[in-house]
Amino acid sequence: MGHHAEAPAESTDELVVLSVSDKNKKVRTVQVHRPVPEEVSFLPALAKGLGITLKHFFGNVVARKETETIQYPEEKKPYPARNRGLHRLMLRDDDTERCVACMCCPTVCPANCITIVPAERDDKGIEKHPAVFEIDELRCVVCGFCVESCPCDAIRMDTGEHATAVEHRYESIMTKEAMMDHKSIMQPDVLAKRGSLSTAVQGGTGPKWREES
Amino acid sequence: MSELKTLILGRKNVDDPDDTDGMPNDLMTVNMGPSHPAMHGTIRIELTVDGERVVESDINPGYLHRGFEKESEHATYTQVFPYADRLNYVSPMINNVGWALAVEKLMGITELPPRLQYVRVMISELSRITDHLTCVGASAMELGAFAPFLFLVKVREWIYELLEELSGARLTHSYVRVGGVARDLTPDFCDRVTSILDRMEGVLDEAKGLLNGNKIFYDRMSGVGVFSKEDAISYGLGGPCLRACGVDYDVRKDHPYLNYDQLEFDVPVGTSGDCLDRYLVRLEEIRQSTRILRQCVAQIPEGPVMVDDPRCVMPDKSETYNTIEGMIRHFKHIVDGIRVEPGEAYTFVEGGNGELGFFIVADGTGRPWKAYCRSPSFINLQTVSKTISGRLISDIVPIFGMINMIGGECDK
Ligand code: SF4
Ligand code: SF4
Repeated sequence: MGHHAEAPAESTDELVVLSVSDKNKKVRTVQVHRPVPEEVSFLPALAKGLGITLKHFFGNVVARKETETIQYPEEKKPYPARNRGLHRLMLRDDDTERCVACMCCPTVCPANCITIVPAERDDKGIEKHPAVFEIDELRCVVCGFCVESCPCDAIRMDTGEHATAVEHRYESIMTKEAMMDHKSIMQPDVLAKRGSLSTAVQGGTGPKWREES
Repeated sequence: MSELKTLILGRKNVDDPDDTDGMPNDLMTVNMGPSHPAMHGTIRIELTVDGERVVESDINPGYLHRGFEKESEHATYTQVFPYADRLNYVSPMINNVGWALAVEKLMGITELPPRLQYVRVMISELSRITDHLTCVGASAMELGAFAPFLFLVKVREWIYELLEELSGARLTHSYVRVGGVARDLTPDFCDRVTSILDRMEGVLDEAKGLLNGNKIFYDRMSGVGVFSKEDAISYGLGGPCLRACGVDYDVRKDHPYLNYDQLEFDVPVGTSGDCLDRYLVRLEEIRQSTRILRQCVAQIPEGPVMVDDPRCVMPDKSETYNTIEGMIRHFKHIVDGIRVEPGEAYTFVEGGNGELGFFIVADGTGRPWKAYCRSPSFINLQTVSKTISGRLISDIVPIFGMINMIGGECDK
């Protein structure tokens, strides 16, 4: 307050300009137009309002051109591409999990809902894998930080499905096996489009990687 | 007629013990809330009423207290974003932007890339529109006008869908990051904004047509909840409620942040500070946000949406996947969080309901030592007790609706 150069009041179509800000000349202070008691009415305004709602009534019921309602369980709107849905664990070529149990996602998770028990993997090149990988979808706040924090693109939330209602709390816990079973958590067309293998290019780009990119 | 009035309103003259017309003449205490259809969010008002007239009121917020400030002390600066989303859950993007600006101020990041500034302004203004639409629509519904609510919430849904496409979640976006935003805009974002704004104008005109000239609406809003200019300033009121009293203050105008100092818009003010003025100011602000958005759509430049600062930005994924330095930086970010120099900072942005401020004390670790949120809802709520005393119980509904208290933000 008190930063304004006084400007002569000029009236535009509806608004009275009170002042112009001196921090930004393009910002004006205007006074809203307040209906005076003569402008408000009882029956004419009701009739006008009824006209507006009747227009919608016929638009919705007869012409059906502006109906916003979706007959939900029969009709579904697909989620947008960036939607954060149920988690899934990406697979390697041999259908094992891609996760190396680096513990990034349980660390970053603000809801502490990821449980991982790491174990050694026979394949010495990879060394670690999660013996247990569970996400409690009831505690999850669907922030997507786990996906962002994974250094090997092993966890994603692009299933296009949301967590379903459950009868008992324990049913909301997704196990490793459930998250790797993409066929049963995703719609076939979504799965076909997004695949089960990671598209991340990892390792092996060689010492010249920086010059090439 | 006067007998009927006495029957409905209780005693005509409180001081006259004989003027009771056979009604009990002692005061009665009733609880309004904590879960009352006309209460936005969970809040309880302990009313002492004389007939239908409010003599005294005691407002009890806190039913939605999640401990945002304490919780933030245990979260890294990035992990606060999901919590900030849930403060004012009707306009989460503004909270995100406010928190990010506070941390950036602490880190001394003052130069944001131009595209990022435009993106943040656009998402803030979209959120402001959703906030005002909800407030106007819900208040109209509580006064018995159901159609405007449906029309306005329809528009709100279009905007939520747009923000869902952008961020991945309809309401709890967690889209902003310290030093930028999580991802660039979707390719058709600007076109979608324009098309939504075009369609919104028609809907707003319809809603105005239903409400503005209507005597029922006018009588229930006009002269109700009057707050004087001086009181508004001394209570620290903010946002549309403050401007409705005729105080010419808007953070975007008086303390411009991001690139608000280059955009053209008007700040609407009212004259009498009653509920009708608050409603009119909100409607006009929706129109002004539309103007800002159209300018942004026309002017938004290409470029990065993240600052180039390794202190707060996670390395690019290809770097994480392929280089040991990138991998170490990635892990450092996750394990330590964003290390912020010791110091304290306060930033404030224009939220949907007023000045939304974040105060952070940093101790050099990746987590705030203390975080404080100046939540506009909490401050605006203080005025309710004053404005409803002496009024009818039915006046609480428009007063409360136009204060637009959001439980999550008020109770933190
Ligand atoms: S989405 Fe967020 S809350 Fe849910 S598991 Fe991932 S990090 Fe945790
Ligand atoms: S961040 Fe990725 S690799 Fe690491 S534990 Fe989580 S899913 Fe596995």
